Amino acid sequence: MQPNGIWVYAITERVDLTPLAQIRGVGGRGVRTVAAAGLTAVVEDVGLAEFGEEALRRNLEDLDWLEAAARAHHGVIDAVAQQGPLVPMRLATVYSDDARIAAVLTERGADFRSALRRITGRMEWGVKAYADRQPEASDDSAVTAGASRPGGGAGAAYLQRRRNQLTAQKNARRETLASAEMIHAALSGYAAETRVHTPQAPQLTGIKAPMILNAAYLLDSARGGEFAAAVTALAEQHPALRLELTGPWPPYSFAGTGGEGGLT
Amino acid sequence: MSSQHEEEPVLVPTSVTSPRQSPRPAIRTERIALVDLLDRVLAGGVVVSGEVTLAIADVDMVRVSLRALVTSASALIKAGDDEEVPGQ
Repeated sequence: MQPNGIWVYAITERVDLTPLAQIRGVGGRGVRTVAAAGLTAVVEDVGLAEFGEEALRRNLEDLDWLEAAARAHHGVIDAVAQQGPLVPMRLATVYSDDARIAAVLTERGADFRSALRRITGRMEWGVKAYADRQPEASDDSAVTAGASRPGGGAGAAYLQRRRNQLTAQKNARRETLASAEMIHAALSGYAAETRVHTPQAPQLTGIKAPMILNAAYLLDSARGGEFAAAVTALAEQHPALRLELTGPWPPYSFAGTGGEGGLT
Repeated sequence: MSSQHEEEPVLVPTSVTSPRQSPRPAIRTERIALVDLLDRVLAGGVVVSGEVTLAIADVDMVRVSLRALVTSASALIKAGDDEEVPGQ
Protein backbone atom coordinates (compact mmCIF):
# COMPACT_ATOMS: atom_id res chain seq x y z
CA MET A 1 0.00 0.00 0.00
CA GLN A 2 1.49 3.27 -1.15
CA PRO A 3 1.38 5.75 1.74
CA ASN A 4 0.30 9.03 0.25
CA GLY A 5 -1.78 10.43 3.02
CA ILE A 6 -0.48 11.91 6.26
CA TRP A 7 -2.54 11.50 9.40
CA VAL A 8 -1.92 14.26 11.95
CA TYR A 9 -2.20 13.45 15.66
CA ALA A 10 -1.16 16.56 17.47
CA ILE A 11 0.85 19.75 17.34
CA THR A 12 3.41 20.52 19.95
CA GLU A 13 6.59 22.55 20.27
CA ARG A 14 8.98 19.65 20.27
CA VAL A 15 8.82 15.92 20.78
CA ASP A 16 11.33 13.17 21.45
CA LEU A 17 10.49 10.25 19.15
CA THR A 18 12.57 7.72 21.11
CA PRO A 19 9.87 6.91 23.70
CA LEU A 20 7.34 6.67 20.86
CA ALA A 21 9.28 4.06 18.90
CA GLN A 22 7.05 1.20 20.09
CA ILE A 23 3.79 3.03 19.48
CA ARG A 24 1.76 1.97 16.45
CA GLY A 25 -0.58 4.52 14.99
CA VAL A 26 -3.86 4.21 13.13
CA GLY A 27 -2.18 2.74 10.06
CA GLY A 28 0.08 0.38 12.01
CA ARG A 29 3.20 2.34 11.12
CA GLY A 30 5.27 4.37 13.51
CA VAL A 31 4.95 8.09 13.91
CA ARG A 32 7.29 10.78 12.62
CA THR A 33 7.33 14.56 12.76
CA VAL A 34 6.90 17.53 10.46
CA ALA A 35 8.46 20.71 11.81
CA ALA A 36 8.00 24.33 10.78
CA ALA A 37 7.87 27.74 12.41
CA GLY A 38 9.07 26.40 15.74
CA LEU A 39 6.22 23.89 15.96
CA THR A 40 6.13 20.14 15.43
CA ALA A 41 3.30 18.05 14.04
CA VAL A 42 3.28 14.39 15.09
CA VAL A 43 2.13 12.46 12.03
CA GLU A 44 1.94 9.04 10.42
CA ASP A 45 2.05 8.07 6.75
CA VAL A 46 -1.16 6.30 5.78
CA GLY A 47 -2.42 4.67 2.61
CA LEU A 48 -5.27 6.37 0.84
CA ALA A 49 -6.88 2.99 0.13
CA GLU A 50 -7.86 2.97 3.80
CA PHE A 51 -7.56 6.64 4.75
CA GLY A 52 -8.58 8.55 1.64
CA GLU A 53 -11.76 10.56 1.79
CA GLU A 54 -14.00 7.93 0.26
CA ALA A 55 -12.50 5.11 2.31
CA LEU A 56 -12.74 7.15 5.50
CA ARG A 57 -16.42 7.86 4.97
CA ARG A 58 -17.01 4.13 4.69
CA ASN A 59 -14.69 3.13 7.51
CA LEU A 60 -16.10 5.63 10.00
CA GLU A 61 -19.41 3.78 9.71
CA ASP A 62 -17.72 0.56 10.73
CA LEU A 63 -17.72 0.38 14.49
CA ASP A 64 -14.75 -1.95 14.77
CA TRP A 65 -12.68 0.26 12.49
CA LEU A 66 -13.81 3.39 14.32
CA GLU A 67 -12.95 1.97 17.71
CA ALA A 68 -9.52 0.81 16.59
CA ALA A 69 -8.80 4.20 14.99
CA ALA A 70 -10.04 6.13 18.02
CA ARG A 71 -7.92 4.05 20.38
CA ALA A 72 -4.83 4.30 18.18
CA HIS A 73 -5.29 8.06 17.72
CA HIS A 74 -5.68 8.50 21.46
CA GLY A 75 -2.76 6.18 22.16
CA VAL A 76 -0.35 8.37 20.22
CA ILE A 77 -1.76 11.61 21.63
CA ASP A 78 -1.62 10.27 25.18
CA ALA A 79 1.99 9.17 24.73
CA VAL A 80 3.04 12.53 23.28
CA ALA A 81 1.15 14.33 26.07
CA GLN A 82 3.47 12.63 28.58
CA GLN A 83 6.25 14.81 27.20
CA GLY A 84 4.55 18.17 27.38
CA PRO A 85 1.64 20.30 26.23
CA LEU A 86 0.05 19.50 22.89
CA VAL A 87 -2.86 20.49 20.73
CA PRO A 88 -4.70 17.27 19.76
CA MET A 89 -6.18 17.12 16.27
CA ARG A 90 -9.65 15.82 15.67
CA LEU A 91 -9.84 12.21 14.47
CA ALA A 92 -9.31 11.76 10.73
CA THR A 93 -7.24 14.85 9.94
CA VAL A 94 -5.40 13.68 6.83
CA TYR A 95 -3.12 15.75 4.58
CA SER A 96 -1.68 14.92 1.21
CA ASP A 97 1.91 16.08 1.80
CA ASP A 98 4.32 17.48 4.38
CA ALA A 99 4.45 20.88 2.70
CA ARG A 100 0.78 21.48 3.45
CA ILE A 101 1.24 20.56 7.09
CA ALA A 102 4.23 22.90 7.30
CA ALA A 103 2.12 25.64 5.74
CA VAL A 104 -0.58 25.19 8.38
CA LEU A 105 2.02 25.28 11.16
CA THR A 106 3.33 28.53 9.74
CA GLU A 107 0.02 30.21 8.95
CA ARG A 108 -1.65 29.32 12.22
CA GLY A 109 1.45 29.28 14.37
CA ALA A 110 0.25 32.10 16.60
CA ASP A 111 -3.04 30.29 17.29
CA PHE A 112 -1.29 27.02 18.10
CA ARG A 113 1.19 28.75 20.37
CA SER A 114 -1.50 30.53 22.32
CA ALA A 115 -3.44 27.25 22.69
CA LEU A 116 -0.28 25.54 23.93
CA ARG A 117 0.22 28.30 26.49
CA ARG A 118 -3.33 27.88 27.83
CA ILE A 119 -2.87 24.14 28.10
CA THR A 120 0.61 24.04 29.60
CA GLY A 121 0.62 22.34 33.00
CA ARG A 122 -3.04 21.42 32.71
CA MET A 123 -5.06 18.28 32.08
CA GLU A 124 -8.66 17.59 31.22
CA TRP A 125 -11.04 15.68 33.51
CA GLY A 126 -14.56 14.56 32.69
CA VAL A 127 -17.54 14.34 35.02
CA LYS A 128 -20.84 12.77 34.05
CA ALA A 129 -23.96 12.80 36.20
CA TYR A 130 -26.84 10.33 35.86
CA ALA A 131 -30.27 10.84 37.39
CA ASP A 132 -29.98 7.51 39.09
CA ARG A 133 -32.65 7.30 41.76
CA GLN A 134 -35.48 9.03 39.97
CA PRO A 135 -37.76 6.06 39.25
CA GLU A 136 -37.32 4.45 42.67
CA ALA A 137 -38.16 7.65 44.52
CA SER A 138 -41.38 8.26 42.62
CA ASP A 139 -42.50 4.64 42.93
CA ASP A 140 -41.99 4.65 46.69
CA SER A 141 -43.95 7.81 47.33
CA ALA A 142 -46.78 6.67 45.09
CA VAL A 143 -47.13 3.38 46.91
CA THR A 144 -47.07 5.02 50.33
CA ALA A 145 -49.64 7.63 49.41
CA GLY A 146 -52.02 5.09 47.93
CA ALA A 147 -51.80 2.70 50.85
CA SER A 148 -52.33 5.31 53.54
CA ARG A 149 -55.52 6.70 52.09
CA PRO A 150 -58.62 5.06 53.61
CA GLY A 151 -61.99 4.93 51.86
CA GLY A 152 -62.58 6.00 48.27
CA GLY A 153 -63.07 3.53 45.45
CA ALA A 154 -60.35 1.77 43.55
CA GLY A 155 -60.71 4.37 40.78
CA ALA A 156 -60.20 7.33 43.10
CA ALA A 157 -57.25 5.65 44.74
CA TYR A 158 -55.74 4.99 41.34
CA LEU A 159 -56.16 8.61 40.28
CA GLN A 160 -54.67 9.88 43.50
CA ARG A 161 -51.78 7.47 43.16
CA ARG A 162 -51.21 8.54 39.59
CA ARG A 163 -51.29 12.23 40.56
CA ASN A 164 -48.81 11.67 43.37
CA GLN A 165 -46.60 9.74 41.03
CA LEU A 166 -46.53 12.51 38.42
CA THR A 167 -45.86 15.18 41.04
CA ALA A 168 -43.09 13.12 42.55
CA GLN A 169 -41.55 12.56 39.12
CA LYS A 170 -41.69 16.25 38.30
CA ASN A 171 -40.15 17.20 41.62
CA ALA A 172 -37.48 14.57 41.32
CA ARG A 173 -36.55 15.80 37.84
CA ARG A 174 -36.38 19.39 39.02
CA GLU A 175 -34.26 18.41 42.00
CA THR A 176 -31.80 16.35 39.99
CA LEU A 177 -31.35 19.15 37.45
CA ALA A 178 -30.75 21.63 40.26
CA SER A 179 -28.26 19.21 41.81
CA ALA A 180 -26.43 18.84 38.51
CA GLU A 181 -26.17 22.62 38.19
CA MET A 182 -24.81 22.91 41.71
CA ILE A 183 -22.29 20.16 41.05
CA HIS A 184 -21.13 21.79 37.83
CA ALA A 185 -20.83 25.18 39.54
CA ALA A 186 -18.84 23.71 42.41
CA LEU A 187 -16.47 21.80 40.12
CA SER A 188 -16.03 24.80 37.82
CA GLY A 189 -14.44 26.54 40.81
CA TYR A 190 -11.45 24.21 40.45
CA ALA A 191 -11.08 24.62 36.71
CA ALA A 192 -9.26 27.09 34.49
CA GLU A 193 -11.87 26.40 31.80
CA THR A 194 -14.94 24.21 31.44
CA ARG A 195 -16.89 22.74 28.52
CA VAL A 196 -20.28 21.10 28.63
CA HIS A 197 -20.65 18.25 26.15
CA THR A 198 -23.94 16.84 24.92
CA PRO A 199 -25.13 14.16 27.34
CA GLN A 200 -24.55 10.65 26.01
CA ALA A 201 -27.64 8.68 25.06
CA PRO A 202 -28.56 5.65 27.20
CA GLN A 203 -28.07 3.48 24.10
CA LEU A 204 -24.42 4.51 24.12
CA THR A 205 -23.68 4.45 27.82
CA GLY A 206 -25.49 1.19 28.45
CA ILE A 207 -26.89 2.85 31.57
CA LYS A 208 -30.65 3.28 31.69
CA ALA A 209 -30.63 6.30 33.99
CA PRO A 210 -30.58 9.47 31.88
CA MET A 211 -27.33 11.42 31.78
CA ILE A 212 -27.99 15.01 32.81
CA LEU A 213 -24.46 16.40 32.88
CA ASN A 214 -21.47 15.61 30.66
CA ALA A 215 -18.83 18.18 31.41
CA ALA A 216 -15.09 18.61 30.92
CA TYR A 217 -12.82 20.58 33.21
CA LEU A 218 -9.35 21.90 32.45
CA LEU A 219 -7.38 21.65 35.67
CA ASP A 220 -3.89 22.57 36.75
CA SER A 221 -2.13 19.21 36.91
CA ALA A 222 -1.51 19.54 40.65
CA ARG A 223 -5.23 19.84 41.37
CA GLY A 224 -6.31 16.40 40.09
CA GLY A 225 -6.43 14.78 43.54
CA GLU A 226 -8.27 17.70 45.07
CA PHE A 227 -10.79 17.63 42.22
CA ALA A 228 -11.39 13.89 42.58
CA ALA A 229 -11.99 14.37 46.30
CA ALA A 230 -14.48 17.14 45.52
CA VAL A 231 -16.34 14.83 43.13
CA THR A 232 -16.54 12.17 45.84
CA ALA A 233 -17.85 14.69 48.37
CA LEU A 234 -20.43 16.03 45.91
CA ALA A 235 -21.60 12.50 45.14
CA GLU A 236 -22.27 12.03 48.84
CA GLN A 237 -24.12 15.32 49.10
CA HIS A 238 -26.32 14.49 46.10
CA PRO A 239 -27.34 10.84 46.51
CA ALA A 240 -30.01 11.12 43.80
CA LEU A 241 -27.26 11.47 41.22
CA ARG A 242 -24.62 9.03 40.18
CA LEU A 243 -21.34 10.72 39.29
CA GLU A 244 -18.60 9.31 37.09
CA LEU A 245 -15.16 10.79 36.91
CA THR A 246 -12.81 10.15 33.97
CA GLY A 247 -9.32 11.39 33.39
CA PRO A 248 -6.83 12.78 33.27
CA TRP A 249 -7.20 13.27 29.53
CA PRO A 250 -5.05 15.19 27.10
CA PRO A 251 -6.90 18.49 26.65
CA TYR A 252 -9.15 17.42 23.77
CA SER A 253 -12.01 19.67 24.83
CA PHE A 254 -9.83 22.72 25.36
CA ALA A 255 -7.43 22.72 22.45
CA GLY A 256 -9.46 25.12 20.33
CA THR A 257 -7.21 27.78 18.91
CA GLY A 258 -9.97 30.36 18.72
CA GLY A 259 -11.80 31.46 15.61
CA GLU A 260 -12.66 28.65 13.27
CA GLY A 261 -10.55 26.25 15.29
CA GLY A 262 -12.99 26.49 18.18
CA LEU A 263 -14.57 23.35 19.50
CA THR A 264 -17.92 21.73 19.59
CA MET B 1 -33.44 -10.89 21.63
CA SER B 2 -30.55 -11.95 19.52
CA SER B 3 -27.42 -12.91 21.34
CA GLN B 4 -25.15 -12.54 18.36
CA HIS B 5 -23.51 -9.43 19.82
CA GLU B 6 -22.39 -10.94 23.08
CA GLU B 7 -18.85 -11.34 21.85
CA GLU B 8 -18.54 -7.85 20.43
CA PRO B 9 -16.13 -5.23 21.74
CA VAL B 10 -17.24 -3.54 24.89
CA LEU B 11 -19.26 -0.39 24.38
CA VAL B 12 -20.54 0.25 27.84
CA PRO B 13 -18.18 2.08 30.19
CA THR B 14 -16.24 -0.81 31.65
CA SER B 15 -13.75 1.59 33.14
CA VAL B 16 -16.36 3.46 35.10
CA THR B 17 -14.83 5.15 38.06
CA SER B 18 -17.87 6.01 40.07
CA PRO B 19 -16.51 7.97 42.99
CA ARG B 20 -19.17 6.52 45.23
CA GLN B 21 -17.91 3.03 44.60
CA SER B 22 -14.26 3.76 44.23
CA PRO B 23 -12.17 6.74 45.18
CA ARG B 24 -9.55 6.00 42.53
CA PRO B 25 -9.40 9.05 40.30
CA ALA B 26 -7.41 7.82 37.34
CA ILE B 27 -8.46 5.60 34.48
CA ARG B 28 -5.09 5.41 32.82
CA THR B 29 -4.52 1.80 33.79
CA GLU B 30 -8.00 0.69 32.78
CA ARG B 31 -9.69 0.42 29.43
CA ILE B 32 -11.30 3.68 28.45
CA ALA B 33 -14.99 3.52 27.57
CA LEU B 34 -15.47 4.01 23.85
CA VAL B 35 -18.25 6.57 24.32
CA ASP B 36 -16.01 8.77 26.42
CA LEU B 37 -13.20 8.44 23.93
CA LEU B 38 -15.44 9.35 20.99
CA ASP B 39 -16.73 12.40 22.87
CA ARG B 40 -13.17 13.62 22.78
CA VAL B 41 -11.62 12.47 19.51
CA LEU B 42 -14.74 13.25 17.43
CA ALA B 43 -16.15 16.31 19.19
CA GLY B 44 -12.87 17.62 20.61
CA GLY B 45 -9.50 18.26 19.10
CA VAL B 46 -8.66 20.98 16.66
CA VAL B 47 -10.24 21.12 13.25
CA VAL B 48 -7.98 22.49 10.57
CA SER B 49 -10.00 23.39 7.55
CA GLY B 50 -9.00 23.93 3.96
CA GLU B 51 -6.01 21.83 3.16
CA VAL B 52 -7.03 18.46 4.47
CA THR B 53 -7.81 15.77 1.96
CA LEU B 54 -10.83 14.79 3.98
CA ALA B 55 -13.53 17.45 4.02
CA ILE B 56 -16.14 15.76 6.17
CA ALA B 57 -17.96 18.37 8.23
CA ASP B 58 -17.62 17.93 11.98
CA VAL B 59 -21.29 17.38 12.56
CA ASP B 60 -21.50 14.87 9.76
CA MET B 61 -18.67 12.88 11.20
CA VAL B 62 -20.14 12.69 14.66
CA ARG B 63 -23.51 11.70 13.26
CA VAL B 64 -22.05 9.12 10.92
CA SER B 65 -20.08 7.53 13.70
CA LEU B 66 -22.84 7.64 16.25
CA ARG B 67 -25.09 5.90 13.78
CA ALA B 68 -22.63 3.04 13.70
CA LEU B 69 -22.41 3.08 17.47
CA VAL B 70 -26.11 3.24 18.13
CA THR B 71 -26.83 0.38 15.80
CA SER B 72 -24.42 -1.93 17.54
CA ALA B 73 -24.98 -0.58 21.02
CA SER B 74 -28.73 -0.96 21.00
CA ALA B 75 -28.35 -4.56 19.96
CA LEU B 76 -25.91 -5.02 22.83
CA ILE B 77 -28.25 -3.44 25.33
CA LYS B 78 -31.18 -5.53 24.19
CA ALA B 79 -29.08 -8.64 24.54
CA GLY B 80 -28.12 -7.63 28.07
CA ASP B 81 -31.58 -6.45 29.12
CA ASP B 82 -32.61 -9.51 31.07
CA GLU B 83 -29.81 -9.39 33.60
CA GLU B 84 -30.00 -5.65 34.05
CA VAL B 85 -31.50 -3.40 36.71
CA PRO B 86 -33.83 -5.71 38.62
CA GLY B 87 -35.24 -2.84 40.68
CA GLN B 88 -36.42 -0.92 37.67
